[in-house]
Amino acid sequence: MRIGFTANGRPVVADDVWEGESLLYVLRERLGLPGSKNACEQGECGSCTVYLDGSPVCSCLVAAGQVAGREVRTVEGLAGEDGLDPVQQAFLDAGAVQCGFCTPGLLVQTHALLERDPHPSDAGIREALSGNLCRCTGYEKIMDAVRLAAARRSTRTEVDG
Amino acid sequence: MGAPGPRGVLRGEKNLEKITTDHPHGVGASAARPDGILKVRGEFAYSSDLWAEDMLWGTALRAPHARARIRSVDVSAALALPGVHAVLTHEDVPGRRTYGLEIEDQPVLAVDQVRYHGEPVAVVAADHPETARRAAAAIAVDYEVLEPICTEEQALDPARYGYVHAPAEYRGKAAGNVLHRQRVVSGGGVTDAVRARADVVVRGEYRVGMQDQAFLGPESGLAVPAEDGGVDLYVATQWLHVDRRQMAPVLGLPEEKVRISLAGVGGAFGGREDLSMQIHACLLAQRTGRPVKVVYGREESFFGHVHRHPATLRYEHGATRDGRLVYVDARIVLDGGAYASSSPAVVGNAASLGVGPYEVPHVSMEALALYTNNPPCGAMRGFGAVQACFAYESQLDRLAAALDMDPVELRQRNAVREGSLMPTGQRIDSPAPVAELLRRVKALPLPPAAGPDVRELPGALSNSTHGEGVVRGVGYAVGIKNVGFSEGFDDYSTARVRLEVIGGEPAAMVHTAAAEVGQGGVTVHGQIARTELGVERVTIHPADTGVGSAGSTSASRQTYMTGGAVRLACEAVREALFARGRARYGWTHDDLSLAGGKVVSAADGVLAGVAELLGGEYVEETRVYRHRPTQPLHPETGQGFGHVQYSFCAHRAVVDVDVELGLVRVVELAAAQDVGRAVNPSAVVGQIHGGSVQGLGLAVMEEIQVSEGKVRNPSFTDYLIPTILDTPPQPVDVLELADPHAPYGLRGAGEAPTLSSTPAVVSAIRAATGLTLDRVPVRPEHLTVQRPPTG
Repeated sequence: MRIGFTANGRPVVADDVWEGESLLYVLRERLGLPGSKNACEQGECGSCTVYLDGSPVCSCLVAAGQVAGREVRTVEGLAGEDGLDPVQQAFLDAGAVQCGFCTPGLLVQTHALLERDPHPSDAGIREALSGNLCRCTGYEKIMDAVRLAAARRSTRTEVDG
Repeated sequence: MGAPGPRGVLRGEKNLEKITTDHPHGVGASAARPDGILKVRGEFAYSSDLWAEDMLWGTALRAPHARARIRSVDVSAALALPGVHAVLTHEDVPGRRTYGLEIEDQPVLAVDQVRYHGEPVAVVAADHPETARRAAAAIAVDYEVLEPICTEEQALDPARYGYVHAPAEYRGKAAGNVLHRQRVVSGGGVTDAVRARADVVVRGEYRVGMQDQAFLGPESGLAVPAEDGGVDLYVATQWLHVDRRQMAPVLGLPEEKVRISLAGVGGAFGGREDLSMQIHACLLAQRTGRPVKVVYGREESFFGHVHRHPATLRYEHGATRDGRLVYVDARIVLDGGAYASSSPAVVGNAASLGVGPYEVPHVSMEALALYTNNPPCGAMRGFGAVQACFAYESQLDRLAAALDMDPVELRQRNAVREGSLMPTGQRIDSPAPVAELLRRVKALPLPPAAGPDVRELPGALSNSTHGEGVVRGVGYAVGIKNVGFSEGFDDYSTARVRLEVIGGEPAAMVHTAAAEVGQGGVTVHGQIARTELGVERVTIHPADTGVGSAGSTSASRQTYMTGGAVRLACEAVREALFARGRARYGWTHDDLSLAGGKVVSAADGVLAGVAELLGGEYVEETRVYRHRPTQPLHPETGQGFGHVQYSFCAHRAVVDVDVELGLVRVVELAAAQDVGRAVNPSAVVGQIHGGSVQGLGLAVMEEIQVSEGKVRNPSFTDYLIPTILDTPPQPVDVLELADPHAPYGLRGAGEAPTLSSTPAVVSAIRAATGLTLDRVPVRPEHLTVQRPPTG
């Protein structure tokens, strides 16, 4: 089947999609957007997290056909024309990236967390990220990164405001 | 690499090309990862991201039985499916049909029997992964199912239960179903006279479950057939050259026609030391003449790599009334599963490190690995030493209780130090601050009592308690790990370094075959080049077999070994540059160095710019670094200078236990570790955090459930690894006591934190519950069903 939707602000079309294919598969294998990762493909690890119409979802659990006409934003769509998103920069600066396989999902999930709660508590961060597995970092520097991103975002908002 | 490469057809190749970064941060700075920006932008090409024009998808059919004879395999139905391009069995293997890291006992595809649940029997290439899966399912295999050999008792009685490998096919150094055995005897062993000198004796039998590395990036890669009849493989692995050594004879190719490039690696932790899809993808590419991509799903990943050896450890410790160890008598039995993998090295570590970082006058130790029909076990972070550490640290707690002594004080009283003798007779000849690490970790402030937020209580989001039934406990542990390959192995690494001028500025390029698996090797190689060559611009060449072996990214060895090689190559480049200056300008200085892109004399200041001296040419040198030699351990006594370096870490765990529901929350996990020299402090702390949490996982949740040889939980739904909710704050205290034998004085850091976190957490649970707890992982029923009746 043919599926059209919006990916990172651009209209995309995938042809010859088999009905069993997930959004994750179509992004990675048909649209040249392999940033979303395939660590478990059963919704346990969160490494395939993308925005679907503004809500973070595990793209491995979304059938590609469900996405027709909708808006998808992946890790490749986080950075703007003027550089990295503050969440991306904070993950780098805090040393929260080792192998990096969990990173795309964590970035999208953290981005969504800070959109709805700009000043999360530590317990709130842990709750929000509890669906994203990381095997390298022990999560300490991920906590640091989220705190850093929140602090920078609030500074930026105050300046902008 | 010289040979015809397929790079032009690859998508997602950015990190398969060179990565250049500009910054001044040399050795000792928390320099940024050169691959960091690609990783946060989602542009870093992992092995599962690769794609080539016209590529096929490969998949394997795996055995559903732990032990069976294969009567027949019929692939005709699979071949008949539209979109299927090849179906291969062992009959299609052009060369040798077995491979192995140390012992070649593992079939590429099952020949006439299967020895473990999940053993590959056939492989398929098709134009869509689902077609490949359906074709694999259409292969008809007629099995004669046999009773599997699963337990120590069964394995040690082959007359009754049979052999995993028939005696005619056995390739190990022992016999029967014993894969490998190592004894260590010191102080004349543990005799009746020695036993009589102990005032207090404690005995225990401990068990460690089968842990999985659970790296997030699944086994995957892309094999591309080359015009010269060879193959180019892009793959996530830990050691390119040992992959090639095992692959080439199977593929029927000379090694130079098997060219391997490292694709992005999503974690490893030992699980990529053995081959997984490498040969299968190459066989399919050879057969079809097309690129073949193989990507395991998570379930296949659980079957597709070796695991941490489950172990049964029987210990007897004797001590004097004032808390001095007199003897340790121990036997460690490791389940090696169906194939050897790295079991001999695991046994060597367990035997030689099995009494822990303690001075013990009399030791009688035997460690062995068994062949069984359970899943093959091999390398996982801290191997051999992890299992032993849980047992000896549990014994130290038990001994402290028997002596009514503080458990930290008991450990400090018996701790090794520089100059101590190990049970192997090896004298520790660099700092060994075991007592100091314990002192430091104990001196850290304790966390406050849990607040009212249920997310900070056992059960967390399950909202299972508001504090009732919750008891706090504190526990300590310390461990010892060897660094580098031991027991006489010729362990080396190779580095090629080029110094050139780009855009008027001197720039270095570092080319090694070291596998960057997430630990940050590429970061420290750049730091070393900056320090040694006085440049800011460094290019990291992709790791491939176009340069000599770097050895394995394992055994906490890469910063030591490939870092050492990069430094040697930089020194050679520097000397070659100075030689130019001496020839051209008649320099006679013996105080030259490179700094800020200039040649500097300590006495006379700047002599020349590097750009001027190079004059449009470049200097390139390749060097091999070897650590000092070690010796094999004597087979009967275990005596010998077996290890290059030791690494030490201590933990303090604080837990809250809901004693009614058996739920554990680790409240804090503090660590103190000596790293000799922190080449990159941020990365070192990252290793300690990550290693500690893998130990936490083994303590309270991680276990591959195997019954009758069958894996029951091959998914992240059923095999649990710690989430961010299961993981506590982790204060870390890093010591830097230089090892005079090592580059920059550094001490391999990656594994030691994985050892002591497990026993520290269990010790804390014991303190909270009063239970014995002699098995990990500790499960809720261990804390409730076994709980002594109250009142």
